[in-house]
Amino acid sequence: MSLFNVFNITGSGMSAQSMRLNTTASNIANADSVSSSIDETYRARHPVFAAAMQKAAAGQEGNAGVQVLGIVESNKPLNIEYAPDHPMADNEGYIYKPNVNVIEEMTNMISASRSYQTNVQLAESAKNMLNKTLLLGQK
Amino acid sequence: MAISFDKGFELHAQGVLLRAERAEVIAGNIANADTPGYKAKGMDFQKAMQQAAQQQQMGMSRTNSKHFDVRTELNNNVDFRIPDQPDTGDGNTVDVQVERNLYLENSLEYQAGVQFLNGKIKALQKVISGGR
Repeated sequence: MSLFNVFNITGSGMSAQSMRLNTTASNIANADSVSSSIDETYRARHPVFAAAMQKAAAGQEGNAGVQVLGIVESNKPLNIEYAPDHPMADNEGYIYKPNVNVIEEMTNMISASRSYQTNVQLAESAKNMLNKTLLLGQK
Repeated sequence: MAISFDKGFELHAQGVLLRAERAEVIAGNIANADTPGYKAKGMDFQKAMQQAAQQQQMGMSRTNSKHFDVRTELNNNVDFRIPDQPDTGDGNTVDVQVERNLYLENSLEYQAGVQFLNGKIKALQKVISGGR
């Protein structure tokens, strides 16, 4: 039944988008975390999406869901600030702030939540289609 | 003349099955709307329906997972869509608005097909019960 596959596909979409929301929340929460060395500083995290081709392996045409391959940390330069009075400042008086771009994260959040909603709506209408089919031939 | 359900339901049964498959293709597109490099796919419904009408779906059955999928139908008429804009920056060609509308349209047509089937079943029931 291919309509049941719609649930698998939208489900994979929802979990991928919620993963994206998770990383966004983590990035925004840590946007102002200060540290005193480059290695310890938080870096912006983003998930990597890829089309999951499980069905292609099974020899059928690939109507693929989405898969999160992993989470990568951003390589953008950190925000280094000279603040000798800061309690976290290192020996030379610098503090290190994460490379999180809050504006970018906010737009990411909106995009992720819209995509999530779209997937929910697809599942909802697939459910309606199946319900109608189950009632086939009844009075 | 014997009552044949296949003849009674005409093409509506195949139509509903094809619509369900099309829903799957479109759902795959929408789920991958944010996947870099994903190319949107679509189904040539007219061609698929013609093939269903001519019953061309002859093929060999697969009894082992290592067997090739041999079918006369070509990929069930699923093909890549031609994108409206040449490049979106990450190689993704899914237009979510277009896909959502297509999904909605497809779902309504599916329900219409189910309703036609319902009518056929009711008619057959009437014939079987002799109008009582």
